Amino acid sequence: MHNPMEQFEVKRLVPLHLGGLDVSYTNSALWMTIAIALMLFFFVYGMRNRALVPGRLQGVAEVGYEFIAKMVGDNVGEGGKKYFPFILSLFLFVLGCNAVGLIPYSFTPTSHIIVTFAMAAFVFIGVTIIAFWKHGLHFLSFFAPKGVPIWLMPILVPIEIISYLIRPLTLSVRLFANMLAGHIMLKVFAGFVIMVGILFGWLPLIFTSAFFALEVLVACLQAYVFAILTCLYLNDALNLHH
Amino acid sequence: MDPAAAKMIGAGLASIALAGAGVGIGNIFAAYISGSFRNPEQAPRVFANVILGFALAEATGLFGLVVALLLLFVL
Repeated sequence: MHNPMEQFEVKRLVPLHLGGLDVSYTNSALWMTIAIALMLFFFVYGMRNRALVPGRLQGVAEVGYEFIAKMVGDNVGEGGKKYFPFILSLFLFVLGCNAVGLIPYSFTPTSHIIVTFAMAAFVFIGVTIIAFWKHGLHFLSFFAPKGVPIWLMPILVPIEIISYLIRPLTLSVRLFANMLAGHIMLKVFAGFVIMVGILFGWLPLIFTSAFFALEVLVACLQAYVFAILTCLYLNDALNLHH
Repeated sequence: MDPAAAKMIGAGLASIALAGAGVGIGNIFAAYISGSFRNPEQAPRVFANVILGFALAEATGLFGLVVALLLLFVL
């Protein structure tokens, strides 16, 4: 039986060294490129006619665009329009990476914590800078919720600060753990098919197919959750105590 | 105790976190289903929140699973 962790191995495809850094083009980078290329192709090719009455591909592209536009509008409000391109690209990148990972023998870039943590840390630092830019030191009142008795503050404020600082960690681990657990589960059940043999092998095969359908759902869902949580964090920063 | 055995036991204990995630996800969908039968018109409006709650509840269980995998494969 193959090791279920083998699929997460990063291999150097084109070894490159820049100074003391290892900047090799890996299979992770390759599949990220494929994800971005697919999304770009999907939007650019889909919108090539700019028809008033959209065709099939243009229809899908417009639905995707409007879905995120509505999400940003609902969760962040008027001030969020400026950040809509960022959130759309973030959503499409995560969705693309999750989706290409579902192809058999491919690699899932989002199943590595460094990839998701880089995105989450970027969101966190960006949101914090926006918050201080917009509200100045007044933003610190975010950590002291309104209408709380004053004697509760020494307990509540550290909790609020910790729960704010832990955001990049939870945001990245949520996506990474979902992708990792899903792919391990698929491989383990696929291994059962071989182990059980021809007589009862169809049973885990059915499970694998069902789990695969679930994984398609999870891939879309986690991209959505990543985007909507970015929206909620941005909302906290823009509309302080709304 | 043999450290390798302790690792295995620790990984098993960390997987118990998934029980909490199961309870949480069950609660979310139970509340959504009973709510949507009481007031079917409002059901689609809260579906995005249901999905968000589902993802948040599921993630807490997966944190436990990550600890188990760290014990098994990394440490």
